[in-house]
Amino acid sequence: MKDSPGLHLKTYIFILFMVLFAPLGNVLLSKGMKGIGSAKNWTPGEIFHIFVSIVESGYIWLGIACLLTFFAAYMLVLTWADYSYVQPASSFSYAVVALLGYFLLGEAVPPLRWMGIFVICVGVFIVGHTHPRTTEKA
Amino acid sequence: MLELVFLFVIVVAGTGGELCVSRAMKAIGEVQDFRPAALVRFVFRAMRVGWMWIGISMMTLAFFSLLAMLSIENVSFVVPVTALSYAAGTVGAMLFLHERISKQRWLGVFIVCVGVTLVWLSRR
Repeated sequence: MKDSPGLHLKTYIFILFMVLFAPLGNVLLSKGMKGIGSAKNWTPGEIFHIFVSIVESGYIWLGIACLLTFFAAYMLVLTWADYSYVQPASSFSYAVVALLGYFLLGEAVPPLRWMGIFVICVGVFIVGHTHPRTTEKA
Repeated sequence: MLELVFLFVIVVAGTGGELCVSRAMKAIGEVQDFRPAALVRFVFRAMRVGWMWIGISMMTLAFFSLLAMLSIENVSFVVPVTALSYAAGTVGAMLFLHERISKQRWLGVFIVCVGVTLVWLSRR
């Protein structure tokens, strides 16, 4: 990645978009699916009815729009920033999704889950911090 | 039990889909012209590659499994456990792309798995 203050600011803004829009998209999908409800017997008729409800749900479309925004930001930032720089930053998404679930959806997040999410963030950070080319061809 | 099935589909179909799309993109070649008309031509070229359709189908299956799991469990549980995709991606790259994975990446994958286990144990 070329080093300039403007480029760093642009990168931070795009990473912020990524870290916000992916969890927000998932939270909206969750809100939509909780409204639709789960199938009880998983019969073809019931699955079709749920599919129609999904297509008609505003929350689901908003969630998809957020995930597409995340994807666009991710693709764009990769055109100038290194993958090994961008990918570890996305590990924060796991913490953000739990925070949004807690504050926006009122989900109960037990301490063990927070601990697990923190451990996942550390693991993803390490995975992402290995340069893609460290995986040499055998 | 149903959650395990959905998680399996999300992780396996999602990762498999990404591998197929990646293979299709490699077959098409690097994008060098970013003008809109060239990008549209690129998309049409991508749509003619079989691996792209297999990849898109698998990713669609993973998406609907994610929706199904979100209808059962909280988002603060579902999204973190899908981090298991990092392990599936690494194993897939080793088995199907015959890549050698660095020790640091294995360590990261192991830590992710420990984290996913803790999140799984936090289920009510």
